Amino acid sequence: MYVAVKGGERAIENAHAWLAEERRGDRDVAELSIAQIREQLSLAVNRVMAEGSLYDPDLAALAIKQARGDLIEAIFLIRAYRTTLPRFGASEPVDTGAMACDRRISATFKDLPGGQVLGPTFDYTHRLLDFKLAAEGETPAAPSRVAEPGDVPHVTEFLNREGLIEEAVHDDTPPPDLTREPLEMPADRALRLQALTRSDEGFALGLAYSTQRGYARNHAFVGELRIGTVPVEMEIPELGFAIDIGEVTLTECETVNQFKGSKTEPPQFTRGYGLVFGQTERKAISMALVDRALRWEELGEDFVGAPAQDAEFVLYHADNIQATGFLEHIKLPHYVDFQSELELVRKLRREAGADQVQEAAE
Amino acid sequence: MKDTTHDDLARKTWMSLLARAPEGRAAALLDAAQARPAFTWLRAPEIGTTMVRGRAGGTGAPFNLGEMTVTRCALTLSTGEVGHAYVQGRRKGCAEAAALVDAMMQTDAGPVLRASVLDPLDAEMTAAKATRAGKAAATKVDFFTMVRGED
Repeated sequence: MYVAVKGGERAIENAHAWLAEERRGDRDVAELSIAQIREQLSLAVNRVMAEGSLYDPDLAALAIKQARGDLIEAIFLIRAYRTTLPRFGASEPVDTGAMACDRRISATFKDLPGGQVLGPTFDYTHRLLDFKLAAEGETPAAPSRVAEPGDVPHVTEFLNREGLIEEAVHDDTPPPDLTREPLEMPADRALRLQALTRSDEGFALGLAYSTQRGYARNHAFVGELRIGTVPVEMEIPELGFAIDIGEVTLTECETVNQFKGSKTEPPQFTRGYGLVFGQTERKAISMALVDRALRWEELGEDFVGAPAQDAEFVLYHADNIQATGFLEHIKLPHYVDFQSELELVRKLRREAGADQVQEAAE
Repeated sequence: MKDTTHDDLARKTWMSLLARAPEGRAAALLDAAQARPAFTWLRAPEIGTTMVRGRAGGTGAPFNLGEMTVTRCALTLSTGEVGHAYVQGRRKGCAEAAALVDAMMQTDAGPVLRASVLDPLDAEMTAAKATRAGKAAATKVDFFTMVRGED
């Protein structure tokens, strides 16, 4: 319990004024603009959009500036802003098969229709600090080549054709929404995927890594990873038909996992799925691994007690805003709670002390 | 949902284009082409969100991915045509321009607007997409087998 305490108003005002000054930093250094953050710190912007669960690069950039680069604080600001907006509706499910891909790779097939497209990746860089970036200079334009027109097919389609992988059967059940209804167990896959896509990247990464190290091992291959833009289509009630209301950048990861078979079904590969706002590759792969681990029950696997298999553990601890809210509240005044604890400890010590004196006497 | 007619399909195409237009572009092209007609608001520009959905495994059951910001408005021209707009982001000026173009496309000014606003917008956005696709294509891996290890 914490109680209202009076008397800190001026200290709080002055603390906030100093915060604003510290945020600005040395005034001899040029101030950052929202556009600079949006364009040049775009992966931070993407993370804030994904975990803030609101696609709006300018807002995410503003939140990063306001939060002095503390991304969880920025995500908090975005979540709070989101609740002030009316919701006009829900989109048609996006068609990732029609994605305009910036990047598309497969770790399972070398030669595949559409090819391996690396995109603007950190992979194959030497991870050496580039001191040229410390000096101002122009970046040369990236090379270009004539692109093949048409959609890039999903890798799982090839395996599907041979029946070697479980199918993601088309279904139009309206999904539950954890932003409208409290998260309750058991959570179906749609709810789990919603919780995972907005989950903390570090938490998702740690859990995914644990499955690779043997806690609920399911031996994932990245069947396909693609990053690019898809149109977002929504039915407009006043018109009676659907239009594109915009376009979002998404990262999609499909894993191909250890096969299973039964008396009635021949062995086939299983799947994990990750889909995240923005260019957010580490998060999308993590999401796919954790999604697959959480599917143990429907796939008839054993619960081996691994954290990544435990939906309640994963889903109730994956949200960094809930976590940081509860964690950080313990720094707020708990004077009354602590006073009672203090009294109790003093009393216990008095009793123990008295006993010791008595023992010594005997 | 009623059957999408030919007219609806044309309208869907231009509304979809206007929704994705870069900041200020639709308004700039409209104003360069002609003076804005008189109108009254049916619904003044309003900022809200749409819940974007995906499908498990790309093709399976839908799930909620997260929201995106959207601005919408509706207006009536003094000649009676109603224009609607839903545009991505928090862009009241863009929504107004989009709704005006939507309404004016239903008048005799339609062909002129198509040539002066929609076609240039489409060309610009297609070119931007092609530039990006070209850069992606340049990062496509061309595999070749160097030496086979068996013998």
